[in-house]
This record gives sequence, C-alpha cells and structure tokens, in this order.
Amino acid sequence: MGSNKSTIQYIPDVKELIEETGFSAAHIQRLFERFDLLDRDQMGTLRVEDFEAIPELAMNPIGDRIIGAFFSSGKETVDFPTFVRVLAHFQPTDSNRTKNSSQEPYNSPNRKLQFAFQLYDQDRDGKISRAELLQVLQEMLGMQVTDEQLQSIAERAIQEADLDGDDAISFDEFKKSLEKVDIDQKMRIGFLS
Amino acid sequence: MEDLWAVVLFGLKIWLFLIISLIMVPAMFGFSLGISETYMTLLVRTLEWATLNIQKAKADEQTLKTSVTNGLIQRGAGSMEKELGELRRSRPKPPVGGDFTLSDCFYFSRKGIESIVEDEVTQRFSSEELVSWNLLTRTNDFQFISLKLTLVYGLGIFVRYCILAPLRITLAIIGLTWLVIGTSAVGFLPNSSIKYWLSEWVHVMCYRICARGLSAAIRYHNRENKPKKGGICVANHTSPIDIVILCNDGCYAMVGQVHGGLMGIVQRAMVRSCPHVWFERAEMKDRHLVTKRLKDHVSDKTKLPILIFPEGTCVNNTSVMMFKKGSFEIGATIYPVAIKYDPKFGDAFWNSSKYSMVSYLLRMMTSWALVCNVWYLPAMHQQEGEDAVQFANRVKSAIAHQGGLVDLQWDGGLKRARVKETFREQQQKKYSSMVVGDESSNSD
Repeated sequence: MGSNKSTIQYIPDVKELIEETGFSAAHIQRLFERFDLLDRDQMGTLRVEDFEAIPELAMNPIGDRIIGAFFSSGKETVDFPTFVRVLAHFQPTDSNRTKNSSQEPYNSPNRKLQFAFQLYDQDRDGKISRAELLQVLQEMLGMQVTDEQLQSIAERAIQEADLDGDDAISFDEFKKSLEKVDIDQKMRIGFLS
Repeated sequence: MEDLWAVVLFGLKIWLFLIISLIMVPAMFGFSLGISETYMTLLVRTLEWATLNIQKAKADEQTLKTSVTNGLIQRGAGSMEKELGELRRSRPKPPVGGDFTLSDCFYFSRKGIESIVEDEVTQRFSSEELVSWNLLTRTNDFQFISLKLTLVYGLGIFVRYCILAPLRITLAIIGLTWLVIGTSAVGFLPNSSIKYWLSEWVHVMCYRICARGLSAAIRYHNRENKPKKGGICVANHTSPIDIVILCNDGCYAMVGQVHGGLMGIVQRAMVRSCPHVWFERAEMKDRHLVTKRLKDHVSDKTKLPILIFPEGTCVNNTSVMMFKKGSFEIGATIYPVAIKYDPKFGDAFWNSSKYSMVSYLLRMMTSWALVCNVWYLPAMHQQEGEDAVQFANRVKSAIAHQGGLVDLQWDGGLKRARVKETFREQQQKKYSSMVVGDESSNSD
C-alpha cells in the first residue's frame, strides 16, 4: 500500500455515500483502499480487466455477469461511488443505518432480489426468457452437461416458476418462487465492524 | 576556482579513505567495528519514540488503523455442497430436469462479491501495510502529529538522502567493481583448492560490501543446517536482494538467464572463478535441457549448492506462493531457507510492475535499513511415493511455517497472467455434479 491519496479526505461526497449506503466511515476507507489496489492503471476508475485480474472471480462460473453488474448502461469504467453502491446490496438488511428514508435502501430484500434477477435478465426487459436461462445455465455448467440436459433443466425451471404461461419468468414470478428462501442471509457479506 | 577543486578533491580523498578503512576492510575480513550496531540501536529507539508519539496523539482514531491487519469481511465458511444444499431444502428434489434452482446464483454472486472486496492473491503483489508509521512517506502518507515529530522526519530525510544514500551508492559501486575484477583475477589461476578458496573469499567479500551498501542487518538462525555442496538451496523470493542476503553467509551457484549489459559483465566474470549455471534465453524454454544441466551440476560434489527461487517471481513477503516443481524433480537434497524482512525499517519487496530495477535499488538505498532474519531449515529429500508437486508443497509449508508467512496454493505467475481456464472448469464440474450428478450416471 502506501499509495498517496488513499485517505478518506480525498474521496468526494463521502458523507452522502455513507448516508446512502449504510457503510461506516471506516468501511468506506477500507473499500477505497481496495478500489485503489485493484485500479491497475491508477486512473481513478476500474475497468473490466481490473476485475478479471482477481483470480477467484475469474474462476467463478458467473464471474463475467457479476462484473457486468458494476458496469451499467454501456459504461466502460466504474468510479468509486458506483463501486460502493453495488457492494451495498450485500449489507445485512438489519444493519440499515441510512437516514435517507425516501429511497429504498440498497440492502433491502427487494433490492437484493433485483440484483440477482438482473444477473439472469441481461437485456433488462424485465423477464428471464428461455434463451437467457439457457445462456446462464451454459455458463454455470460449461462442458459438463449435454445440450439435452441443458434443455430439460431450463424446461423444468420455467415450468416451475412461470405462472402466467408466457414462457418467461417475470420479476414477480421470480420473487414468488424464492419466497421460502432467506434472501438476506444468502445475499450478504459479513463486513467486520 | 583551483582552490575550490583542490578542497573538493581533498574532501573526496578523505571520504574514500574513511569508507575503505571503516567499512570495507571490516567487511572484507568479516569483523565489525560496531558502527552499524550503534546506528541500528539509535534507529530502533527513534522509531519506537515516533510510534509512541503517534499512538498518543491518535488514540481515538486507533480503531481505524487496527482494522488494517484484520480482514474487512468474514468470508462465508460453507462449501458449495452445503450452501447449495440449503437452498434446495425448501422443496423436494424433482424427478427429472436436474436439480437446479433460481437461487443458485445467490451462492455464486456472494462468492464473487466477496472476492472483489477481499481476496488472497492480489494483495500479495503490493507492499505490506504497516500499522504505525515508520517515518517514511513511501509507506504511509505524512501525518502531522507534532512539531517534534516533523523535525525528526525532516532530519530523517536529510540523513537518508544526503548522508546515507551517497555512502551506500559508493559502497555498491565498489562492491560490484571488486566482484568483477576479483573473480576475473581468480579465474586466471589453475583449478586447485586454492582457487576454490580464493573464489569463495572474493564472492563473500563482495557480497558483504554490497550488504553494507544497503545497511543490512541480517540474523542467521540454525546455521548448522547450512546448504552443502551437491544440493539445491530453495528460498522464498521477495527481491533480487535475497541473493545478497544469502550469499553473505556462504557461497552458492546461481541459476538464471544470461543478460546483456552490466548484468552480463558481472555474470561472465563470476563464472570464471567458479561454475554457475547460466542459460541462454532459448535454452530456458527446453525443460529437459534445464533439468539435465542442473542434474549435472548437482552430481558433481565439488560444485557449490545451487540457489533457486521456486516461486518464479517476487512476492511481498507476507506469504509464500506456489513452488514450481522443476527443481524438485532433480532428486537432489533440498535445503530450504526462509527469509523474512522486517518492514519497519524499509520495504524490501520489488514490485516489478511499478518500479524498475534501478529505481528500486535507489529506494532501497534511501530507506532506513534492511533488517531480516534467515532461517536454515533441515535438509529434505523426496520420499517414497511422493511426486514432485507434493514434495514442493511440503517444502513450501516448512518455509512458510518457519518464516511466519501465509502458505498459499496460488501461482505467483498470477501477478501478470490470468488464471487458467481449468480452475473455472473445476468449479463448473463441482456444480454440475450437484445439478445433474445422478442423471449422468444413469444415462450411461
């Protein structure tokens, strides 16, 4: 470490970020140091290659989709506030310290579900089509299964979840099929205080 | 003007005379005048005083800093099987169509995000963080605590850049020049025991001068385990200075690629007095050739032990990364050595993507000092039924354990290269056995 400018005073709009995301000042400081470490060309933003350089992420079957979650609407770089906002989705729900009650906090169960839904729904049309499901299954299973098996897995998954018979899974259907799962517990990271 | 020149020349003569008598001669003959010891004690006291001062002034902000040594997050401890199994508990297993749920992505996305926030590997390729400041701005940003501390810091800059650095650079130049001249001179002698003895003496002497040139304070432990002829010495790699550190206490045969320029001159000179193993660039790719030459060297019991750094790259001295199995396939006795630098006095890690060799050496010469511990571990042999990879891992664990370093399975080559596709395939395999595992065994 020891790079200059890795102290909290150099982060713009820190107070707003703390209020918005519920991270403590200490967390923001640590995340900024991490951001700085990952930022290989030291331009103050992260690119796709910076994420891909993390070995554990590169070997994750849906690693590319997770990276994609940081790069919204065609942007090619991620700045620090965006970085922190995405990570805020993985705060435990009960740790909500935000005073800003007009906006739904990032770590609400609904927002967490939206994050997961968007991992599947890459074209952002609000539905997981059969093609999209097949694609994600392909990524998660690779060469380990035959095309036939992929088709039958996708078929069953859609049958189970699709309630209005349009051969796609909408966000509400997605939510319904996962109502028995403890979203908060599964989609959280244990930030040490 | 002439008077000025005369004064300058006179000053230079005195300067050189002082250096030679006070530093070089003791270094050549291996005894110490106690100057460096005094410097080190003074330095330690100053740094302790500085730390106390900083701690007193920042008592309330201490919580921010203590978390530096701990992790930021607590990683989920469950295995893939356990976690995905929990996700499936809410419904019975379907008879056909695989055991897939939409919530499976929760597990993978969580693991992915965890690795973005904190992972074991990328942090090893940058310098170690220090909890308290050691009065070098390269380690932590300058913090204004008190006037006294700022004065000490300013004095430190003056001492380091204006007094120590020129001294060290002079010593380094002398050391290297003497190495080239001395080894070439010894090379003219016919092969005899006198030649070997002289060659060793010249090598050690020059490395000692270089070590003084870095203000290195080295502590050797367990010297009874020192590497012997006909073996291979294996150590963790933090910087090129590791070679100077190890060669201060014994003579080794080096392995490496032939370079051009200054390095090449040094290499050619060294090989005249005693055999080292230098490879041409093209030869390095041929693994059989490399193995054969190493084997030949090792089987000749009069030749010096070979020094190899199996990690293949410099790591930041908080962990030991994967050892490449090449040196463990030769069947020779392995002498493991653990090297641990004390980061308080200066960061020894060479971040080759950030600094060139020259700027790295200059940074070394303007640090306080180089303090390190070297442990010689008992010799190890490849056991029955153990393959080279397992043997390499065993040696790596021993070194990590002794040096207090983290033992990692990751390849140091990840500093520059991407992780191999096979790792992702392994993850896919594991997952697919949970989703379709039973089906594939039935369909055969």
